[in-house]
Amino acid sequence: MTKTPAKAAGSAAPAGPRTPGPAEATRPPAASTRPTGTAGASGASGTAGGTEGSAPSAGGRRRAAAGSAASRKTGGAVPRTGASAPHDAGTAPKAPGGSAPEAGKAPARKKAPGGRGRVPVVPAAGWANPLRDGRDRRLPRIAGPSGLVIFGVTGDLSRKKLMPAVYDLANRGLLPPGFSLVGFARRDWEDQDFAEVVHDAVKEHARTPFREEVWQQLAEGMRFIPGDFDDDTAFKQLRDAVDELDASRGTGGNFAFYLSVPPKFFPKVVQQLKKHGLAEGPKGAWRRAVIEKPFGHDLASARELNRIVHEVFDPEQVFRIDHYLGKETVQNILALRFANQMYEPIWNRSYVDHVQITMAEDIGIGGRAGYYDGIGAARDVIQNHLLQLMALTAMEEPIAFDAEALLTEKLKVLKSVRLPEDLGAHTVRGQYAEGWQGGEKVVGYLQEEGIDPHSKTDTYAAVKLEIDNRRWAGIPFYLRTGKRLGRRVTEVAVVFQRAPHSPFDTTATEELGQNAIVIRVQPDEGMTVRFGSKVPGTSMEIRDVSMDFAYGESFTESSPEAYERLILDVLLGDANLFPRHQEVEESWKILDPIEAYWHEHGTPAQYRAGTWGPREADEMLARDGRSWRRP
Amino acid sequence: MKIDLTDTTASKINKALVQGRRAIGTPAVGMVLTMVIVTDEENAYDSIKAAEDASREHPSRTLVVIKRHARTLRDRTHSRLDAEVRVGSEAGTGETVVLRTYGEVSDHADSVVLPLLLPDAPVVVWWPVDAPDNPAEDPLGALAQRRITDLYAVEHPLEVLQTRVRHYSPGDTDLAWTRLTPWRSMLAAALDQARVQVTSAAVEAEAQNPSAELLARWLEARLDVKADRVVSGGPVVTAVRLGTAGGEIVIDRPEGPLATLTLPGQPPRTLALKVRPLSELIAEELRRLDADEMYAVALRGEGIKETV
Repeated sequence: MTKTPAKAAGSAAPAGPRTPGPAEATRPPAASTRPTGTAGASGASGTAGGTEGSAPSAGGRRRAAAGSAASRKTGGAVPRTGASAPHDAGTAPKAPGGSAPEAGKAPARKKAPGGRGRVPVVPAAGWANPLRDGRDRRLPRIAGPSGLVIFGVTGDLSRKKLMPAVYDLANRGLLPPGFSLVGFARRDWEDQDFAEVVHDAVKEHARTPFREEVWQQLAEGMRFIPGDFDDDTAFKQLRDAVDELDASRGTGGNFAFYLSVPPKFFPKVVQQLKKHGLAEGPKGAWRRAVIEKPFGHDLASARELNRIVHEVFDPEQVFRIDHYLGKETVQNILALRFANQMYEPIWNRSYVDHVQITMAEDIGIGGRAGYYDGIGAARDVIQNHLLQLMALTAMEEPIAFDAEALLTEKLKVLKSVRLPEDLGAHTVRGQYAEGWQGGEKVVGYLQEEGIDPHSKTDTYAAVKLEIDNRRWAGIPFYLRTGKRLGRRVTEVAVVFQRAPHSPFDTTATEELGQNAIVIRVQPDEGMTVRFGSKVPGTSMEIRDVSMDFAYGESFTESSPEAYERLILDVLLGDANLFPRHQEVEESWKILDPIEAYWHEHGTPAQYRAGTWGPREADEMLARDGRSWRRP
Repeated sequence: MKIDLTDTTASKINKALVQGRRAIGTPAVGMVLTMVIVTDEENAYDSIKAAEDASREHPSRTLVVIKRHARTLRDRTHSRLDAEVRVGSEAGTGETVVLRTYGEVSDHADSVVLPLLLPDAPVVVWWPVDAPDNPAEDPLGALAQRRITDLYAVEHPLEVLQTRVRHYSPGDTDLAWTRLTPWRSMLAAALDQARVQVTSAAVEAEAQNPSAELLARWLEARLDVKADRVVSGGPVVTAVRLGTAGGEIVIDRPEGPLATLTLPGQPPRTLALKVRPLSELIAEELRRLDADEMYAVALRGEGIKETV
């Protein structure tokens, strides 16, 4: 019972293309003859809205949830499937009166526990805003009354990403009136100085054009608290500022605390927040903590960190930022897999040969020597970004597009990961050596300033993982990341098996590779499908060609930056795109044995800067009869 | 790159499109919709520009249908189609075909447009001016999922608004409604904060403003109160007042992009609420291509309790 309506709603979009073109011409007249009918049907949820408080919001919510889920999943691809949407929207009200309300109710009940935060209404239940309606897709997801407190507001991340993202959100009209921004740092600043700094950061880094009126709206709600993390007076001041903002700006006690500080300060900051009563808001208000990677450097430290943070904040209210998950393409992996029919049937061991997930950077460690040395590429990138990408690529279909369901499926994948038995043969680490990178001479890792010349830290890491479940048994997932590689690129490549039988002779298919679907996460977000095609001419010759989908949105100012999206989600309480602590811990369980092995055995292989990694990595794949893609 | 074709046909235009794409070296296209603009020569430039700007967000094939009015009898009987094919940097991120029809073919523009639609992709028709009374019954309108009209471009907006109500069919939308989105989202956000029942409403705007009328109808439908229409000096909508037991919720935008939001018991604060350019309106329109049910609700202005 609960299943059927959900199915119907879910299949609505993909079903569309079946409608033949000519039907479009006949549809409108039919539709136009029943204005009153539409009013009756579309009023159905409206009617409920008038009678009592909770029912309409449930109905409205369901639709809102479905709508936003659909929009989120498909992301920029909406217009493509959009062809079908009008028909469905048009026909839906025609459904006999009996089934429509049922369709509305059942999923509403199902959605209730998880889906709440996704809807653009004030999270607190009991009052439904009559101006909001699930059918009203134009109204953006505006965060409810709230404020953001940034610790370490003078840092690079804050200046380059967070503050511009806040401005861009305001510029797009996605922040509530009265939104407030509080900075906390060890600087002798007044509110105005802070505003000045934000102003400069915004002017320099924001993606949307600078508009004085938006700035004014934001600047009114800016406060700065100077102080150390163990300075009680500073936290008292922060407490006062928060209370004052509630009164003067109507933030309603809802505050997110963004800890843009090195992890060693986390315990101090969260304890202070607790001590000064900042971790708990007034009744009905939320307090959230936002933390950045690294989430520890191994399982034990990650657990310790989680314990510290969870002591003060409810696990549900802790948002771990993995900015990759805020990217359109990553969300599109889910849309691609679960909103379409044509990929999922081949997305398994019967058709897939192997999967390569790459995150390559062309830069070196830059000024991060202090942080990077001793951590290395695997801990810095594989543990979070690559394992998350792998989980999204490999997971089963979640029962709903909400945080809980996604967590369940991702956890299942992470828990089924099996490490290769011979870690020496199937993992590789490297260090970049001096070389030429894109026409520039660069120094090797060991020569970088602030690095111990005998350091064994990896700047390149490649591992082979297998996922022990029915879908993926025996299919290797190759994960690699590195600094100073050929170019900056992040991609997921699903490489398919060769056709089991070829009617063409070997000379015809000599140049034919394996089919592949490549999801490019950055820099130019999009997707490539590689397949064989006949070369024009009289002879039969088949060669690889690529079909490319570049994200229409990616080169527009309208495409939100990952941080924008994530900050908005924090304010809305939507945890879909944030890894939970269980995922973090599972990821460490995968990486810890590899790190331990590396610690015991050998040293990192050297690779020339500007190349695609050490020879050992090529050998590692050659052992399996495969080779790395050149991304 | 630009290819001019005189006295041509749809199949020659299609050929020119392929040729153009080949010539600029990007034969693969990721266009997501076909946008048909039906306009006159006078409004063509602005609308094409807006569509091209919007195509940065929604890569599309834009077909501009310009009906030429011939002055001499000979020209009127002689039917002709001229086309201007633009691809590459001159056409935003998609391709643009400007079709000029003379004589009889003007009445059968759909026969030219139909073969030029992108396969399978949604179709949007936009009349910057001179929209038909019944967009869905129009031969070109019938090809589209989404039909965009603009009440700002008519002489007597409120009368035309009534025509729109009579002929509404799912997929219709109007830029006068699109212009309201920032207002509506701010009002919804204000009510999110106030969390009280609204007992009265008033919309202040310049006389004969169709957006104000739609806004008032929307408020009436959603809040189940009578909304007063107050004439002010403009420009466009200047203020909305929602009466509640505790006092008034007011968004006031006398002029310029800055508005003031007043909530009962809270100090006033400023809001950015600017009048958006055409390209942004079109981009918003193209974001959703299914029927805009809330527009229908606002058009009719029915109270929530009326329907069963």
